Amino acid sequence: MMPADHQGPIGSRPAAAGLELRWWSPLLALVVLCLGFSLAAPGFATVENLWTIADRSAIPLILAVGITFIILQGSLDLSIEGVMATGSLTFALCVLNSRTGLDLGIFGLVLATFAGAGLGLLNGAVITFLRVPSFMVTLGVWSASIGIAMLLSGDQPPLIKDPMLRAFGLERSLAVPNLFLVALTVVLLGFLLQSYTRFGRYSMVIGGGEDVARLLGLPVDRYKVLAFAFAGLLFGLGGALESARIGLGHVDVGAGQMFATITAVVIGGTSLGGGRGGVVQSAVGVLTLAVLSDGMVFVGVSPYAQKAVQGALILLAVLIATWPLRGRLRIVK
Amino acid sequence: MIEPVLRVEGLCKSFAGVRALDDVSFDVRAREVIGLIGENGAGKSTLLKVLAGVLRADSGRIVVRGSPVSPANVSAAAASGISMVFQEQALLPNVTVAENILLGHERRALRAGFYYWRALYALAATQLDKLGARISPSALTATLSFGERQLVEIARAVAMEEHTRHEPIILFDEPTSMLDAKGVDTVLGLIERLRQRASVVFVSHRLDEVLRVSDRICVMVNGSCVATRERDMCKIVDLERLMLGRELDPASEQRVPVSKPSTKVVLSVRALARRNRYEDVSFVLRGGEVLGIAELAGSGGESLCRTLFGAERADAGEIIVEGRQVRLHEPADAVRLGIGYVPAERRLEGIIGGLGVRENMTLAHLNELLRGPFIDRAKEREVVNSWIERMRIMTPRADTQAHDLSGGNQQKVVLAKWLIGRKLRILILDHPLRGLDVGVKAEMFVLIRELARAGLGVLLVADTVEEVIALSDSVIVMKDGVVSGRFSASAAKPSRLQVLERMV
Repeated sequence: MMPADHQGPIGSRPAAAGLELRWWSPLLALVVLCLGFSLAAPGFATVENLWTIADRSAIPLILAVGITFIILQGSLDLSIEGVMATGSLTFALCVLNSRTGLDLGIFGLVLATFAGAGLGLLNGAVITFLRVPSFMVTLGVWSASIGIAMLLSGDQPPLIKDPMLRAFGLERSLAVPNLFLVALTVVLLGFLLQSYTRFGRYSMVIGGGEDVARLLGLPVDRYKVLAFAFAGLLFGLGGALESARIGLGHVDVGAGQMFATITAVVIGGTSLGGGRGGVVQSAVGVLTLAVLSDGMVFVGVSPYAQKAVQGALILLAVLIATWPLRGRLRIVK
Repeated sequence: MIEPVLRVEGLCKSFAGVRALDDVSFDVRAREVIGLIGENGAGKSTLLKVLAGVLRADSGRIVVRGSPVSPANVSAAAASGISMVFQEQALLPNVTVAENILLGHERRALRAGFYYWRALYALAATQLDKLGARISPSALTATLSFGERQLVEIARAVAMEEHTRHEPIILFDEPTSMLDAKGVDTVLGLIERLRQRASVVFVSHRLDEVLRVSDRICVMVNGSCVATRERDMCKIVDLERLMLGRELDPASEQRVPVSKPSTKVVLSVRALARRNRYEDVSFVLRGGEVLGIAELAGSGGESLCRTLFGAERADAGEIIVEGRQVRLHEPADAVRLGIGYVPAERRLEGIIGGLGVRENMTLAHLNELLRGPFIDRAKEREVVNSWIERMRIMTPRADTQAHDLSGGNQQKVVLAKWLIGRKLRILILDHPLRGLDVGVKAEMFVLIRELARAGLGVLLVADTVEEVIALSDSVIVMKDGVVSGRFSASAAKPSRLQVLERMV
């Protein structure tokens, strides 16, 4: 027999060290970014600007928490902007507004989240029961829900006239923007779900090895549908809150959010392949993007160049995030 | 007689018209270890998968503790007390050890729907303690070694008794095929230990292992159980005869004709180094020569093989193929130079499971099958069929999906993939005999020698020193990444002890 020391097992990869660094590097990048902007522009590191950034990141945070569970499971949701639009119009038409006679107040917000959850449920159901890839399904639902929003909107986007909801969308409590408080609550809730419930842990499991999860008889489909419904709910909420802020139910409330949200999640260190990352990482990613676009104004990047600079920095961030994973035979799709 | 905990009656299962299980019957008594042996393709894995609920039988009965069950999935099988330790390790790398052990059974560690992590860790620790395993339940599974991960899987199987109130029936599908001697000892020790609290069915290719731990041994041939023997009543030769239906010539390995290496050097390596893997490796490989690398796992040989196939980078040194210095940036470079590679991880890197045998064989050399811009299908079929025949690949059709073949036949397909190439000059074999049963091993053995005689240069790493010595003309020994000994083809074959000396 062959005397062998089993310390060097077959197929072992030096994983631990890289994992640690990957975990912390997005947060480190955020801190470095903040320090850099503070040194470069004295106006950046002020309390007032802090709240500006907070306000700016409130709705992206809510969206990012929603999509995190889907991406953890290894799927993708491209319907964000459409679901937000439907949420926005549902909300605007149900509260005191310029078009309908309804005045449901806060209940309008609940209805908007229901509409979002319904669309998410549709996403999840088609993906799991009809076995169509999430990429295509959510692209279709995106288009369809934009269509619903357009029908609801007609040629006269409803103006929101409920003074309490308008105030909620614009004002602050104890200096903190109200919407940011909502976003913080959602992040906390998302964190609890991810770390302490089967929904969160099984999302991790499904992303890590859906085949294994199915082999062991876990109700994979149920948790997938749940993730899409939960995300839809938050997208609907995001659309409604954006409407409360701008005072208008509009098809375009979500414009640009899909790109921003998915980018933020990836920058935070959540892998698009699934199984790695989480709510807190996604939140760090959102804040990074918000600090970036805010800071560029302070250091005087020309408004025309901002988009290009942001794009370049995003590429850089993704490059850094995936650097430890390089290898000749690693498959990149 | 005591009522058996598990009784299998007349189980049948076919895949695409091929009988994988043909009227299998056997039983398992409480706290008994059953060794299941048979050639590749005899139906052992299929049988275990049916019992574990992964596959459904076409007909027949499975009776657990007197009541018939027909598990529709793995959790249903687990609910009746049968759980399986999978050959390819069904673990989630990105969650904790505790979650893997209790997956699907977290309920007891939940408080109002929320994980109570301390309770979850404690429950998992209880299971690990049963095995005497010192693994932290809160560790991330990806950070464990292969052996530790196997322990986690066994712990998951053992945990079933907590959920069912009965002693579990644990099925092991070749738990030792990927392990070296010390790992094998650990697993066999565990099976001994499990005897205190479970019944075990275990599949292995190594008859000595089966004889060491089993109470009874069940021999499978062509999908049915042809004989059951008490351990004390049988010897290895009897089992081999039952399995193969013929005597295995014990001297056959020694009588393999030794090829005469030509003087033409096909590959030479000078001062090759890769950081943290190996350093200053130099050797020459001649046409017609089999060069074996003897090493303990992780001493650099595997990494060296992968470098020579372009799958890993070298930091320093030269690789010279037929007199020309080459740079291998990726495997395609190596293929162009006529280098073939049979990887250790057959399922992962050797075959593409979802593709047919035909496609697997020809995909690396499609340019040799072209007529104009198109693939000449008739020629492809002809080439594939001739190799299926030449290598005695047991496959119902040329288009059967590769993952439906047994391990030995998959390995032959991987080998054929390279042999099809007209330019093939160098063949690198990374543990070519791993996980193969005795019959196929002997075939591979002869095949490798034949290939060398036809003029190929063969470089190989094998699992045991005996295999390396028997297969090779020359042997180099690697220890901690450096060459610690050389035995050239011109001298007499080295003894096992001579090689071992240099290894440790």
